[in-house]
Amino acid sequence: MKHDPGEPDLSALSTGDLVVEPPVTVPAPPPPPGPGYEVTPRPGGADAGDDSLLEVAIGPHHPSTHGVFRLNAVLDGERIVRFKPVFGYLHRNHEKLGEGGSYLGAMPYTDRLDYFCSLTNNWAYALAVERLAGLQVPDRAEYIRIITAELTRIQNHASLIGFLLQELGAMGTPLMYAFREREKILDLFESLTGARMMCNYMRFGGCRCDLPAGWLEQCRRVVDDLPGFYDEFENLLTTNEILMARTQGIGLLAKELAINAGITGPLLRASGVNYDLRKVDHYGLYDRLDFRVPLGAHGDVYDRYMVRILEMRESTKILQQALRDIPGGPVLDPKVKLRNFRPKAGEAYGRIESPKGELGFYLISDGSTNPYRYRIRPPSFINLTILEDMCRGLTLQDALVILGAVDIVMGEVDR
Amino acid sequence: MSLLGAGIIKGLVETARNFVGSYHDPERLTTVEYPEERLALPENARSFPMLIFDNDPVKGLRCVACKICEKECPPQCIYIVQDRDPRGKPLKFPRIFDIDLSVCMSCQICVEVCPFDAIKMNTEFELSTEDRFGGLILRREDLAKSNEYYLEIHPTEAAETDARLAAENAKAEAKSRAPAPATPAPPAALPKPPAAASPAPTT
Amino acid sequence: MANALDQIFVNLKHWLLAWFPSAWQPLISMVISAAAIIAVFGSLFAVTTLAERKGLGRIQNRPGPNRVGPFGILQPLADAVKMLTKESIMPQVADRFIFFLAPTMMLIPTLLSFAVLPYGRNMAAVDFDAGLLFFFAVGASIEMSVFMAGWSSRNKLALLGAMRAIAQMICYELPLILSSVTVVMVTGSLSLGQIVDSQAGFHGGWLARWHVFTPWGLAGFLLFMTAATAESNRAPFDLPEGESELVAGHLIEYSGFKYALFFMGEYFGMMAVSGLGITLFLGGWRAPVAGLDWVPSYLWFFGKLGVCIAVFIWVRGTLPRLRADQLMNFAWKFMLPLTLINLVAAAVWHYTGVWSFGGAAAVRWLLGAALIGVPYVVLGRALYTGHGHGPRTYRYAT
Repeated sequence: MKHDPGEPDLSALSTGDLVVEPPVTVPAPPPPPGPGYEVTPRPGGADAGDDSLLEVAIGPHHPSTHGVFRLNAVLDGERIVRFKPVFGYLHRNHEKLGEGGSYLGAMPYTDRLDYFCSLTNNWAYALAVERLAGLQVPDRAEYIRIITAELTRIQNHASLIGFLLQELGAMGTPLMYAFREREKILDLFESLTGARMMCNYMRFGGCRCDLPAGWLEQCRRVVDDLPGFYDEFENLLTTNEILMARTQGIGLLAKELAINAGITGPLLRASGVNYDLRKVDHYGLYDRLDFRVPLGAHGDVYDRYMVRILEMRESTKILQQALRDIPGGPVLDPKVKLRNFRPKAGEAYGRIESPKGELGFYLISDGSTNPYRYRIRPPSFINLTILEDMCRGLTLQDALVILGAVDIVMGEVDR
Repeated sequence: MSLLGAGIIKGLVETARNFVGSYHDPERLTTVEYPEERLALPENARSFPMLIFDNDPVKGLRCVACKICEKECPPQCIYIVQDRDPRGKPLKFPRIFDIDLSVCMSCQICVEVCPFDAIKMNTEFELSTEDRFGGLILRREDLAKSNEYYLEIHPTEAAETDARLAAENAKAEAKSRAPAPATPAPPAALPKPPAAASPAPTT
Repeated sequence: MANALDQIFVNLKHWLLAWFPSAWQPLISMVISAAAIIAVFGSLFAVTTLAERKGLGRIQNRPGPNRVGPFGILQPLADAVKMLTKESIMPQVADRFIFFLAPTMMLIPTLLSFAVLPYGRNMAAVDFDAGLLFFFAVGASIEMSVFMAGWSSRNKLALLGAMRAIAQMICYELPLILSSVTVVMVTGSLSLGQIVDSQAGFHGGWLARWHVFTPWGLAGFLLFMTAATAESNRAPFDLPEGESELVAGHLIEYSGFKYALFFMGEYFGMMAVSGLGITLFLGGWRAPVAGLDWVPSYLWFFGKLGVCIAVFIWVRGTLPRLRADQLMNFAWKFMLPLTLINLVAAAVWHYTGVWSFGGAAAVRWLLGAALIGVPYVVLGRALYTGHGHGPRTYRYAT
């Protein structure tokens, strides 16, 4: 096809650019160093005396692991001696993409971090940028943020419990019940933001658009049906002897170890530490709402399951209050520019209590339209570091259950 | 209850309730058998972008090829080439406007930044094709959809856009019909500085 | 009239036999019975797979397979075609003969065990004096096939899984057999036909004299069915075939038709042991109430079998899996003592049968219930709260 002068000649391009590079002679690079830890015992090493250790790699394709990641397990008979996660299969260069594009352009990418909870990811990033640029958020937008965040929390915890029971072998029944409720919440998200999962809804200084007509009534109906669902769920699960036998006493995590390892979220609260960012940081308008934080006493898998169920109930309380109290008004700070948004040079760290833990965004701005440094504190990644300590001495069956209760999403671990 | 088996019985009762309920209660059988049954999409649903034209797909296309959406698109899936007239002067029309669907992530930022309400989100999602590369590139002809179609799929949004555009048009028209303040042509001999000349009415 | 309907298959068989010379008749009789059993239980297997998927689906708020035929009726056909056309992979290092033989060794004993069950009045294929003993002897060779599968795969993980599966099956054989010993004790015979006959008659003219309507029978039935669930590797005891376990068990190297044969063998085992439970405790082909005994006997048997299978599916859809050591703790420390105590309760019931004062039945029931119930509660507590399990209360921080 003919092309005008001044236009690029597209006829030569195929799906990949054909570029012929001249042959380069470079000396072969030195062999890369090992993984930095020993997985199989080497002769003369610490475990030299014991030849009966079995090294198994679980994954990356496996129905149990939450996404693509590999677990290198070293077993002594049936007991775990070492248990190292190997991830990076879903690394998508999110932080570099954030540096390369504008501040607004990074917002859709934050949806895809923890893909179950896109609205809380959006809020964390918006919070960080608002702290960086010193923006104010109108009250109505704050209430909408709280409502969407708590809905996200409910659907995340419900799905997680479903997946945990799938690992335990319950043939998917609790998962299907959780998904039934999740569908209702995702329908709410779709009528508000346009998409079910990748919402891209928060903006710097508020929310992208206001609630459509009838949304509040639909939301109230969904929220009023939720306690019935929780009762049904608990009837099915909480006093189930098999569930209790499989999860109580498994995966104990001591308070001190949890705090030292930087664990946050329901995992930390199940070990008995009273640390919920909604109460600690007073971000958003959570101070105006009345809710409690459930704490576990033993730090085992059953406590993590129960803390999540109780948190779902508390979220329902928050939702009912927020839906009652939401004021009118604008949802976006009118002074904020959409394009050429240039916050002043400086740094900010914005963190929220996402359903998985403390999700934080650290931004350094140099005064231009692109961030200088864009760093995410992923809760799933940091919660995963403690996995080996929880699983030592247990069988592989239990280890997979513990992994299920840690609640990881590979989009967040690998970014 | 400390009787072993009580919790299991409660669980069995719950499952039985769901089993029986699935025969008479639509809440307990939530499957929608696609493609025979389809759920109505909510009004705000979005799938991929489309270009809006008023009346004529070429002459009425609202897009002026300002390339703002191409610049702001995070994954850079839009490719625009501005049209030029035979003498090389740029025209306010895109000769090429391609969106690569395999790259587009439906984030809607192009819609937000467009100053001319030219690009909006479509709701069509059944776009599968066997051609992995060419079949997923939507060209300007495929993207151009009429304003009536836009009104059909997003009534509230389209009505609000139409009202806003009509108001802007009315304001522009009112300004052009009002007598413009006289622009005295500066006499060549007068030593008046050019800054004293009255400003011309801006559009 | 009801009698003719009841004996229709027996008469059909006699009519067919009459076509053959009398020297051949015993052999042909066996062939006809075997063919009938394979046909009936083969189609029941197909129906069960569909019923399981649809039942699980309805429990999970979804319809289950409904695309292949109306209400998914042709789904088992589609599954059969899929299984037959799949590539049957045999590992190179596997022991070929045993690898090939293991699924058939699973199927043949279960089919053999079908031969002694009475399906209706005069409708057992073979009714001999030690029918129950034959059933258990033949059923135990299923464990051998599991080990053959694990061993011949030459795979460390398959062997581990096979050994775990055998350990589970062996430790549940004991409660299974001991709970049926109570019936033998009370009836005084090992023949399944006689056991069904001993449940003839009606209490007070209306309620059948099934063994399940006695305290030791009820406990025995529940223990028997729990052990049966474990024997057929069904949830919550399906550790050997857990799909979310790393070690996929002894079937890890099987694909295609051999896998289908294992699957079939497992379902046949489930149906056989349910059939045995029905024969021992639920009165076999006998009607539950006096008014309904005009319904043909085979319909009662297969109706009860359908109810048992439905309960299996129900339990599978609800309960998560037990861990390996918990399985075995449960068998040895809970079920075995209870079955032994059940024997004592059965003896007490039998000897207090001579009581004839007013309210004797109620007293006997209370005695039996106490004799079984107290150890149940005590053992349950020891097994459960002894390990620190139990419901908990949670505190909140504001």
